[in-house]
Amino acid sequence: MSIIIADEPRAFAPPPPEPPAPARHYLNNAYGVWSWLLTVDHKRIGLLYLVSLTFFFTVGGIAAGLVRINLLGHNAEGHILTDDQYNRAFTAHGVVMLFLFLIPSIPAVMGNFFIPMMIGAKDLAFPKLNLASWYVYMAGAMLLVWSVLVGGIDTGWTLYPPYSSRYSHTSVTPGVFGVFITGFSSIMTGLNIMVTIHKMRCPGMTWGRLPLFCWALYATSFIQLLGTPVVAITLVLLMAERVGGVGIFDPAIGGDPVLFQHLFWFYSHPAVYIMIVPGMGVVSEILTCFSRKNIFGYKAVAWSSVGIAVVGFLVWAHHMYVAGISYYSALLFSFLTMLVAVPSAIKVFNWTATLYRGSITFQAPMLFTLAFLVLFTVGGVTGLFLATLGTDIHLHDTYFVVAHFHFVMVGGMVLAYMAALHFWWPKMTGRMYSDFWSRASAVIIFVGFFLTFVPQFVLGYHGMPRRSPNYLAEFQVYNVMSTAGASILGFGYLLPGIYLTLSLFFGKKASANPWSATGLEWQTPSPPTAFNFERMPVVVCGPYEYAIGVDQLGRGLPEPPGPGSADDPASHDGPTGPSGSRNKETEVVG
Amino acid sequence: MSASTHSPVLKHHFDNLEQQHSAERLGMWMFLATEVMFFSGVFVAYAVYRYFFPGEFQFASSQLVLWVAALNTAFLITSSLTMTLAIRSAQLGDRPALLRNLLLTALLGTAFMGFKAYEYATDIGEKFVPGAMFRQELAEAEGPLAGMSHEQAARYEFPDHHHPAPWAQALAKTNAGKQPGDAGYLSPGRVELFLCFYYTMTGIHGVHIVVGIGCILWLVQQAVAGKIPRENYSTVEVVSLYWHLVDMIWLFLMPLLYLAGAGLARH
Repeated sequence: MSIIIADEPRAFAPPPPEPPAPARHYLNNAYGVWSWLLTVDHKRIGLLYLVSLTFFFTVGGIAAGLVRINLLGHNAEGHILTDDQYNRAFTAHGVVMLFLFLIPSIPAVMGNFFIPMMIGAKDLAFPKLNLASWYVYMAGAMLLVWSVLVGGIDTGWTLYPPYSSRYSHTSVTPGVFGVFITGFSSIMTGLNIMVTIHKMRCPGMTWGRLPLFCWALYATSFIQLLGTPVVAITLVLLMAERVGGVGIFDPAIGGDPVLFQHLFWFYSHPAVYIMIVPGMGVVSEILTCFSRKNIFGYKAVAWSSVGIAVVGFLVWAHHMYVAGISYYSALLFSFLTMLVAVPSAIKVFNWTATLYRGSITFQAPMLFTLAFLVLFTVGGVTGLFLATLGTDIHLHDTYFVVAHFHFVMVGGMVLAYMAALHFWWPKMTGRMYSDFWSRASAVIIFVGFFLTFVPQFVLGYHGMPRRSPNYLAEFQVYNVMSTAGASILGFGYLLPGIYLTLSLFFGKKASANPWSATGLEWQTPSPPTAFNFERMPVVVCGPYEYAIGVDQLGRGLPEPPGPGSADDPASHDGPTGPSGSRNKETEVVG
Repeated sequence: MSASTHSPVLKHHFDNLEQQHSAERLGMWMFLATEVMFFSGVFVAYAVYRYFFPGEFQFASSQLVLWVAALNTAFLITSSLTMTLAIRSAQLGDRPALLRNLLLTALLGTAFMGFKAYEYATDIGEKFVPGAMFRQELAEAEGPLAGMSHEQAARYEFPDHHHPAPWAQALAKTNAGKQPGDAGYLSPGRVELFLCFYYTMTGIHGVHIVVGIGCILWLVQQAVAGKIPRENYSTVEVVSLYWHLVDMIWLFLMPLLYLAGAGLARH
């Protein structure tokens, strides 16, 4: 591949020859159930997490479906659930999606799988701890799912006492114990990733050459390590209160339930950054690759992840403006909450600048990523409405809040998870999935999502409270729209389940670097061998040298995919496509 | 590091022992950070309530068994010393001394737990436990003092010094002739609140001590099996980091729980 800068043609090193597909890779170097259940290979553990998370995502999704169907009717006549069952359904949706899907999602699946490969290591620093984290996760998750299915939990995912201590006669204790246990798995994963990034980088992989995905997961691990223990002790105190019938949040003996809210949100607000920051890391990887541009402002994007992690610890009380905290602390927390929007905005602006004059192609990972950009921005901006003291009094505990955090958590993190899955699927499985159906699914999910949650902003603004099964008749039209959107969204989620599974059997074999990406993980065969790299890689370049077209080992890149690729008849059509840009003057940016 | 590349203790995914040991140490330090955060939650809660209810906390603290806590503190500080000596022995490759120091540490930890169990038994025997037992015991002590003025109650001698429990006698006398809200009135509920802290904090700390003893016994087993050669001393160091943290947490628990009311006489 040659790039013309000014008038002088410069030829770079040719792309490396396609490595021969290994006869023995990580998927077929051992067979049988025990080769999976006792594996210490980070890639296999990543897949164990992938399968488990898909299962729990389905469980949480079904609970959401029940809630949405129930909300079709504005009073008890149109309901399929009793009010008690409704409480249990939305709580099940909340706890399963948050604790069992969103918090582990990208760190446990993609982090486990790709952090060692991106930094040129053979494995995570503590492989056995990694396996243990999966078992701990499964134990806690099973207990939690059993609790929400058998006895039910009716407190909402926030578990506020005295709802959860004195007045709930449901399975709160085993459920809370389940959450407590999964917390340890989160700590183990975070600790493993953090130590790995510190100690296992290959020669030449300096902090300044670290892919932004690693920076994002580093920041995430920081939150996991320092936040999770606080909620763990809080849940221990809650369980002690339920079991002993008396405890430190018990107002009957002078205890303060608001203290629980402080301790709970001290973790659970930073936890929403555990859920979103890894997604931001994914976006930085995919956006650069599919716009063939260096990231705009590497340092700003990297440090903004750390900035979010740090400032995110100082904003928890914005969930408690109406819980009776003092005006001065509310004012301070409002200010700090606005402050945490700054690093998020830095990221969004840098991504937008990265897209500017890029040679953008629209494969499925890129479509999911662009959807993330739109939805996360809407979610972030509506977050500012809620950070503002005055408007929050009006909007607190309404559907506006529900719509806001679904835009960030689903529109942000779930779409980033889908993007990551589609981006790295060829590397994980060695197979390509259907181009058409993957793009279709991205579009369907985007449309379904918008239709589901935009009406909820309207509902919330007009005052419909969250967590209520009944509502005024005039809200029904918005609820019907929202449920219709949820059905489309559900269909959109089913599609990847089908075509990704089919790709395992019928998909085209993936080349080592199908997206022509620069990261070290693409310098291994697809699927990789057990120890990832045949010999230790030596990094000589930054992570996103798309402008000059070299990977991190300093070698050329293969032809990028999409309309520009050589086997596509449309490739030489327009001056705007990648083939056009290859022949015109190329501006090196960043 | 070609010499150490072939070391039997080097795990396959590390390049050399130096990298392996520094990863292990960093991992343990990060785990300690999570432990500090874990305990910090309950320390914060304690601080809030201590600030709200200083009188009750002082009273309840004065009713705990101070001499057990003092003895236990001595045990734990000594065990930190023996644990550090164990690292030194491992560095020198002195296996008998390593075993001796590890076993001594485990023994001191066990002694701590033994005295802790004795203390719990005493407290529970005195019904100094939040909940129904507490209120019943207090009601028994308040019975004979009903209708007395504060001065009369102060001069009253219970026929049996041990029944109702001394704490109940003291609390009933303090509150006799007073209404909630009066100066010097101690709310029994808030005394229970202190006890909730006492049991959860010492209970969680006790679990950590037991885990620590388990880790030390595992080290003993490893050392006997010859799996802790000189170049692998960092295994001992990593366990010792954990043990020191657990000791250090006790050094915070001791004044918060036992010394907060030490100015008041127990009986």
